[in-house]
Amino acid sequence: MPELNTSSLPDLIFTILFFFMMVTTMREVTLKVKFDRPVGTQLEKLARKSCTSFIYIGRPTDALRAQYGTGHRIQLNDKYAEVPEVQDFVTSDRGELPEADKPFYTISLKCDKNTPMGIITDVKQVLRKSYALKIVYSANKKQ
Amino acid sequence: MGKKRKMPGLNTSSTADISFILLIFFLVTTSMDTDQGLARTLPKPPEDETLTNEMKVKERNILNIRINKDNEIMIGDDPATLADVKERAKEFIKNPENKPNLPELSPKKIKGLGKTMMVTKDHVISVQTDRGTDYGVYFEVQDELVAAYGELRDEVSKEEFGRRYEHLTADQQKAIREIYPQKISEAEPKKYGGQQ
Repeated sequence: MPELNTSSLPDLIFTILFFFMMVTTMREVTLKVKFDRPVGTQLEKLARKSCTSFIYIGRPTDALRAQYGTGHRIQLNDKYAEVPEVQDFVTSDRGELPEADKPFYTISLKCDKNTPMGIITDVKQVLRKSYALKIVYSANKKQ
Repeated sequence: MGKKRKMPGLNTSSTADISFILLIFFLVTTSMDTDQGLARTLPKPPEDETLTNEMKVKERNILNIRINKDNEIMIGDDPATLADVKERAKEFIKNPENKPNLPELSPKKIKGLGKTMMVTKDHVISVQTDRGTDYGVYFEVQDELVAAYGELRDEVSKEEFGRRYEHLTADQQKAIREIYPQKISEAEPKKYGGQQ
């Protein structure tokens, strides 16, 4: 039996590699909160991921629970934050964008579905104050 | 040494392994989740903190949906379930029978259609929650409201163009959106009882 010619295998794998490099984005943060997003039917895809900042709200992950308790926490970048810190977060994140992209700056709220609205309302009020008016309630598509 | 020596071919048998490792590295460090969600625009902050810029909206033009801390829904003055939200919202937005307790209909010239239609251009849907309401319930109500607009747009698209809204051209979609503009208020929540 003649041996299988594998000389094109690296090219194949490289093609897959490039495909993945294009369609995926780097995972920006390590999640410190656990969230189970709500399920919806009328969802739109996020238009520009590069102009989007994420705010995560949920309970601390199992590993961090002993240290931080089980209350709902806000995570900005890599650490827990309180509501007023959202303003600084928005200002610095938006400041990094090129001027042309600033009007498209969007905040994606990735929140656990059991979060009390109180926290979310507070965050929304801070977002209004910082003129980050475009928001997306992140959700999973109903199967 | 005038003779040219033949260069031995580079052994590339491990390139596949190297690129496999790279591939796996990218698979692990990247995320493919295309973020999806409901897009909303928040209102601008009030110019003056002390000034309460309450929009003057006629009572018949506003549909209040309230959710309390036990996640019970109230539409207008009636208790309701999540399943009722869509039908109530559709009736409210369209007001097909021109009822006096539903938003007022006024003629509006729709550019893309070249005709004038009766629309409830001043209607507002406002979702108010308690601080203890679950975000999931709030989200589901919002989702139902968007679904109500979607169904109304589909209906009118079929009448006008014979196709569903999503299959229309951008200009046609714009015309349909003029008939049923999405007006879901994101205004600040008020304390219960403090209403009016």
